[in-house]
Amino acid sequence: MTSQEVLIEAQGLTKKFDDFIAVDHIDFKVYKGECVGFLGPNGAGKTTTVRMMYCFLPPTSGELKLAGLSVNKNCREIKNLVGVAPQEDNLDPDFTVIKNLIVYCRYFGIPKDEALKRANEQLKFFQLEEKRDVSIAALSGGLKRRLIFARALINQPQILLLDEPTTGLDPQARHLAWDEVRNLKKKQVTIILTTHYMDEAAVLCDRILIVDKGKIIEEGSPAELVKKHVGEEVLEVYYDEKVLPSLKEAFSDAHFEHLGDRLQIFTDKPHGVFEGYLKEHPMQNVTIRTANLEDVFLKLTGRGLREE
Amino acid sequence: MTSPNLRKSPARFTIPKLTYRVWMVWHRNFDVFTKTIAVNFLPSLLEPILYLLAFGFGLGGFIPSIRGQSYISFIAPALVAISVMNGSFFECTFASFVRMYFQKTFDAIVATPVSVEEVVAGEILWGATRATINTTIVLAVVAAFGLISSPLFLLVIPFAFFGGLMFASMAMCFTSVAPNIDFFNFPSFLFLTPMFFLCGTFFPLTSLPVAAQGTALTILPLTHVVNITRGLISGKLEPILGLSPATLILVSLTWIIAVTIFFFILSINLMKKRLTS
Repeated sequence: MTSQEVLIEAQGLTKKFDDFIAVDHIDFKVYKGECVGFLGPNGAGKTTTVRMMYCFLPPTSGELKLAGLSVNKNCREIKNLVGVAPQEDNLDPDFTVIKNLIVYCRYFGIPKDEALKRANEQLKFFQLEEKRDVSIAALSGGLKRRLIFARALINQPQILLLDEPTTGLDPQARHLAWDEVRNLKKKQVTIILTTHYMDEAAVLCDRILIVDKGKIIEEGSPAELVKKHVGEEVLEVYYDEKVLPSLKEAFSDAHFEHLGDRLQIFTDKPHGVFEGYLKEHPMQNVTIRTANLEDVFLKLTGRGLREE
Repeated sequence: MTSPNLRKSPARFTIPKLTYRVWMVWHRNFDVFTKTIAVNFLPSLLEPILYLLAFGFGLGGFIPSIRGQSYISFIAPALVAISVMNGSFFECTFASFVRMYFQKTFDAIVATPVSVEEVVAGEILWGATRATINTTIVLAVVAAFGLISSPLFLLVIPFAFFGGLMFASMAMCFTSVAPNIDFFNFPSFLFLTPMFFLCGTFFPLTSLPVAAQGTALTILPLTHVVNITRGLISGKLEPILGLSPATLILVSLTWIIAVTIFFFILSINLMKKRLTS
C-alpha cells in the first residue's frame, strides 16, 4: 500500500530540554500511506518526536519536514494537514461531545454547516451518536479515546499522529481503535503511532523504529526485526544448572537468556527443534512459543526499569 | 551529523504575529460563558449592590461629604474601576490556569492552525471582554442608585475593555510563571488587595502622604483606571500632586496604553516560553 513518496523526513533532528537530550540527532523517513510505529521505553523520546511533528515543540536543531513543509517555518500549513490524537485526554470539558467537534472545526476555519456535517459523520462512524449531547465528564475512558480519534480526523488529515492511542483501554475498545487504524490505512492516510504494546505495533505497523535514549537503535518491519534479532522460536524452561550443559550442547548456536529463575533459548532453526529435544529429555513447566516483537524489544533495550 | 538549521533559542523575545484566529480562542470562551450565563451574572450584580449598601449607606451615614460629594457617589466610580480590575485579572489567572494546566485546552488548540501566541492573545482579549461585561453590570447598578452625574458615563464601557486588556495582560504574566493554582494568592493579596484600598477608591488619594501618592501614580495601575472612571462618571476629579484634572486624564490614558502594550507583548512571550519548552 505504500508508495515511494516521502511524506515525513527527519535529518539530525534533536530536542534538548535544559541539559537533557530527549531526541538525539535522529534521521528517518516515512512514506505516503505507511503506518510507522515508534517503540521505546518511557523517556525514550517518542512523544517528543511526535510533538515536534505537529509543531508543539520546536526542534533544538536539525530538520523535520512533513509533506515538504518545514516545522521551523510552515507550522500553520503543517497543522492543517495533520490530525493529532495525544496521549492525555485534552477534550474540552466545558462542552458536550458534539460541541467539542464543532469548536475544533472552528479552529481549522471549517464553516459552520460543514462543521456540523463532519461532526455528525464522525459521531456516526465512531458509534458516539447516543452520546451526542452528553458532557465530557460523563464519558468512560474508552469513549473519550474514541472522541479524541474522531476529533483528530475532523480536518480530514493526510497524516495522523497517534501517541499511545490505546493506553488504558479495555480490550474491546483497543480492538475498535485497531480497526479504525486499519480503515485509515486503506484510505492511504499516513500514520505515526507510538506505543508500549508490542502486539499493537506488530498488528498495525508496516515498519517499526525502536528508540531508546533519544536515538533510533533499530528499524524494520515487525517480521524482519523478529527474524533478525530473536529468530523463530523460543523455549522457556525453569533455570536449572543440572540441565544447562545438556541444553547448551543440544542448541550450541542458539541464544541463551537467563532471567531470574527462567531460562529462554532463542533459535532461528525451523519450528519443531525443541519438540525433538523434549521427547528425549522430558521437562516440567516448559513453554515453546513463536518469537515475537517483545523479545526483540527487551533484547535491544534491556530489562532495566525506566524513569519517566 | 551537522545541523543545517540550528535554531536560535525559542525563548527569544519577539513581537507576536497574530491573525484573526485570536477570535476563535475568544469565541471558545464566549461559548462557555453564554452556557453558564446565570452563574456568571449573579456575582457581578450582587457585589456592587452590597458595597453600595454597606459602604454607601452604612458607613456613608457617618461621613457627611467628601469634597462636596456624598460618600456613596464618591465610591461609585471606584466600584466601577474595581470591576474592570477584578473581571479581567481573575479570568486570566485562575480561569486561564485551569484551562491551561488542568484541562489542557491550550494543548488541544495548538494542534490546530491556531498558534500559541494566538491562544494567549485570545485569552487576554476574553479577559478584557469579561471586564467589559462586569463593568457594564456595575455601571447599571450605579446608574440605578442615581449616582451618575456626567453625560460621558457611557464611555466607561469601551474604556473598560482597554483597562481590562491591561489587567488581563498583567494577570497572564503571573499565569506564565505560576507553578500551581495556589500561587495566585500572592498577586491577589500583594497586588490586588492593596490597590483595592489605596488607589483613590474609598478615600481621596490626596489624603495619603505625598510619597504614597507618587507611588500610587507611578506603579499602581488601578489609580489610573479610577482617575478615568471618576472623570467619566462623576465629572469631579481633584488635582493630584499639582496635576490638573485634564492633565491627569491624559497622563492616566497614556500610562494605561503604554503599560498595556508592554505587558501584552511580555505575557505572550512568557507564555510561549512556558508552553513550548
